[in-house]
Amino acid sequence: MALQGKELTIGQVHSAQVVQDLKRTQIVQYAGASGDYNPIHTDEPYARDIAGYPTVFAHGMLTMGMTGAMLTDYVGDGRLTKFGVRFTSQVWPGDDLKASAIFEGLEESVDGTLANFAVETVNQDGAVVLKGYAQARVD
Amino acid sequence: MAVDNFPVEAGHILMFARAVGDDNPVYRDAEYASGTEVGAVVAPPTFMQASAQFDPDYFLRPKPGKPWFGSGRESTGIKAGDPAGSTPSEGGDNKAVLHAEQHFEYHRHPRAGDVLTATTLPGKRWVKEGKRSGKLTFTESITQYHNQDGELMVTAKGVGVVTERPVDQ
Repeated sequence: MALQGKELTIGQVHSAQVVQDLKRTQIVQYAGASGDYNPIHTDEPYARDIAGYPTVFAHGMLTMGMTGAMLTDYVGDGRLTKFGVRFTSQVWPGDDLKASAIFEGLEESVDGTLANFAVETVNQDGAVVLKGYAQARVD
Repeated sequence: MAVDNFPVEAGHILMFARAVGDDNPVYRDAEYASGTEVGAVVAPPTFMQASAQFDPDYFLRPKPGKPWFGSGRESTGIKAGDPAGSTPSEGGDNKAVLHAEQHFEYHRHPRAGDVLTATTLPGKRWVKEGKRSGKLTFTESITQYHNQDGELMVTAKGVGVVTERPVDQ
């Protein structure tokens, strides 16, 4: 189901809880699926002793992937035209993440009407872990 | 990164969607997907990242017979200063490359069955002083994904950062 552009109001927020109590196993799953086996994400002795972190932390792209699920559930499959983010804080095992899309306005293009959104994902302490934008074709 | 053959496979999409916790059936059920607007199993928005699987030289994957910087008997398989080691660092053993930014522009959404190529061009490089991790060296790269018909599908821009020391918590 795609969004109806004229039903969106500027500042309207759509949010989804994209993970609760992030497990190390999910980080391992992401390493396997993406092919990014950097041990900083999955290898406790390496992350602690060599890299100097308290434990392993999630791939930024796992957070972006989970945020992407919020977006496609909202705008519809195959509707995204742009999605870009900055990773602003690390995501750790045990984190709860809430992803939000904030409607910023419509623009017309040769492909039809496009909706622009600000995108933000926060952890259980309200710290922003990902900040960016998305654009999608709407009806 | 140059990838000559990135087959977008249904099983890979299923695993990738599972890993990001996305239970949307359009990523695992071809029959369901055929009745949706996209008409087929499509790649999730960040799936192009998984092209690393098809890059023979990808440096963040252990390779048979080659040193690996993850732990085994010791916390790392690389001895300090070992030139044979494929550490991800540019200037020291504990300076990992972190992912700072990622941008995707979707010209078309790849589907299961597409066979893509990825061509990466180096982008800008800049240095910034960070409060939580010392000097930050950013490097940008731009990757274009084309399908089997030569059509541009996705343009990706990644920015990596090497920190002077681990990020303060």
